[in-house]
Amino acid sequence: MHSSPQPPASGPASRPQTTLDKIWNSHCVRAEQADAPAILYVDLHLVHEVTSPQAFSELRERGLPVRRPERTLVTLDHSTPTLPADSSGKLPYADAAAAEQVATLEANCAEFALTLHGFGSGSRGVVHVMGPELGATQPGMTIVCGDSHTATHGAFGALAFGIGTTEVGHVLATQSLLQRRPKSMALTVDGRLPAGVGAKDLILHIIGALGVDGGTSHVIEYRGEAIRALSMEARMTLCNMSIEAGARAGLVAPDTTTVEWLRGRPMAPQGKDFETAAVAWLALASDAGARFDREVRVDASQVRPTVTWGTNPGQVVAIDRAVPKATDAQSERALAYMGFRGGDPLVGQKVDVVFIGSCTNGRMSDLREAAGILRGRNVAPHIRMLIVPGSDAVKREAEAEGLDQIFRNAGAEWREPGCSMCIAMNGDRVAPGELCVSTSNRNFEGRQGPGARTVLASPATAAACAVAGFVADPRNYPPLQSTHTEQAA
Amino acid sequence: MQAIRRFEARLAILPGENIDTDQIIPARFLTTTQRAGLGRFCFADWRIDAAGNERADFPLHRPELRGAGVLLAGHNFGCGSSREHAPWALLDLGIQAVISTQIADIFRNNSLKNGLLPIVVSAADWQRLAAIESQKIVIDLERERVELPDGSLIGFQVEGFARQCLLRGVDQLGYLLAESAAIADFEATRAA
Repeated sequence: MHSSPQPPASGPASRPQTTLDKIWNSHCVRAEQADAPAILYVDLHLVHEVTSPQAFSELRERGLPVRRPERTLVTLDHSTPTLPADSSGKLPYADAAAAEQVATLEANCAEFALTLHGFGSGSRGVVHVMGPELGATQPGMTIVCGDSHTATHGAFGALAFGIGTTEVGHVLATQSLLQRRPKSMALTVDGRLPAGVGAKDLILHIIGALGVDGGTSHVIEYRGEAIRALSMEARMTLCNMSIEAGARAGLVAPDTTTVEWLRGRPMAPQGKDFETAAVAWLALASDAGARFDREVRVDASQVRPTVTWGTNPGQVVAIDRAVPKATDAQSERALAYMGFRGGDPLVGQKVDVVFIGSCTNGRMSDLREAAGILRGRNVAPHIRMLIVPGSDAVKREAEAEGLDQIFRNAGAEWREPGCSMCIAMNGDRVAPGELCVSTSNRNFEGRQGPGARTVLASPATAAACAVAGFVADPRNYPPLQSTHTEQAA
Repeated sequence: MQAIRRFEARLAILPGENIDTDQIIPARFLTTTQRAGLGRFCFADWRIDAAGNERADFPLHRPELRGAGVLLAGHNFGCGSSREHAPWALLDLGIQAVISTQIADIFRNNSLKNGLLPIVVSAADWQRLAAIESQKIVIDLERERVELPDGSLIGFQVEGFARQCLLRGVDQLGYLLAESAAIADFEATRAA
């Protein structure tokens, strides 16, 4: 990987444009000036229960309506239980505050005339899984959410980024945001990923190379042969973790993979309108010769199954390598928190919990990847394994394929959709001191519960660890032949 | 919102790079529907032990740093989630400004919306400030400078529009609402 600074883009208006330029320029209600940021129009506003209540209160206090309810997509995901309701229909919330937060959003949706993709809707899900699968996420859009993993939607060639609650209020009230234009970074991944290496490994590798602050103030455009070869699900995994490199957003220019994935989705254009839209979407690709503020190249062939060893997502290592030795106070603290010793192999470290799910890895392709390893195998007896589908739709599809049976037969818990152990707000927690191999996006101290230790990994690595009972290389767990029982299921 | 022009506050060092918003306020406290009263959860796992007692090793618990209003934090402070609860919690704890060599984008944005000043300085200026921990400094937003006890100055820059809003004590929603007609025109043009 190497990086070369580029001279600032300038010149006549007809200069070649990046995807970011095209989206930005077509969404400026007012262009940016020296003394005022641009007023950027927002096409799609995703809302969930955690970062919205104070924004709705602000609207209420000022007597303001939601300007564009039809551009506001609302769901419940963070504080929601992943165990089903009891026989009386009562959901097992972690505490009264979680239940009240959900009830608050339900009430706000009723008051402000918003459609809620809530319990019983059949379309509820982790907000960044739900938006794309409904076809609400489309190329060329500006998409925001009070959630830093909003960059997920950049996989479709949208400009999608996280905002705070004050800005959630701005968008609810005006469908607009005050924004300075971000810088652009071209991150080209040359060549092909080796067999058994996926998008999660790639993004962890990239964050390790850029550092957790390396993308600050930039929108990353992922490009190159390896990116073009990725499925939409894989591109979502990749863009999802752009924030973990500090980037404002990440995106992949739309191509035929994007178009075909969106075809027929309920909120996407239909029929002739779809074909018209597709032409416009494909024109969003960065022009040849477009200038980026920064260019970085990564060699796909060098990427291995990659995991984190420390307490930020930039502290990564190939799974078959040793834990790095401490080089500064930060890495020393991280090693101490994780209970790892620099120079020791990571493989073989005892694991207590395995979590598969989240907006990073809670989609069908992720569940299939895990099922490929778990089919015909058992989760080690001391391991607690939670598999949490990203949405109602993912849950239905997985069950129709019999994946839930594979997971249950292996000894894993198959749960209801939600953020679950990724953020540990809903009672799904890792106990103090326990080590969790997790397909989520953050390994910060205490992220999965006070004192919890997290190793971020791909679904394949997580599944291999669950079977082994310790940190394991997924390449040593090739799929077994399907059994008769599962074919029947 | 209260206008911010110039204030004096005690400086405390919060060491460590990449302090993330999960440390500033752990996610288990985000089930609130309020903005107020989050200071007691600020740095909860660093400040409070399992028995619920204050930890003596937390910088702000040192007697000479009690009541400190400015955090001198390690590089890339505020990385991680978009939770605005982070600046809400810091403000409720009495923090008025965070100084670092880099401050994460979303946290910086959220801070500016709430009157918590995010101040980025060079590594050399960070060291100058580190040398005067526990002393009082003056932060002058109008002149965009930090005044050290010895009379020396450290300049900084805050995005111009946000700075004007803070100096006048106005929030940005009013500005956007005043542009409603332009937003409606934009919507009409795109629908055509």
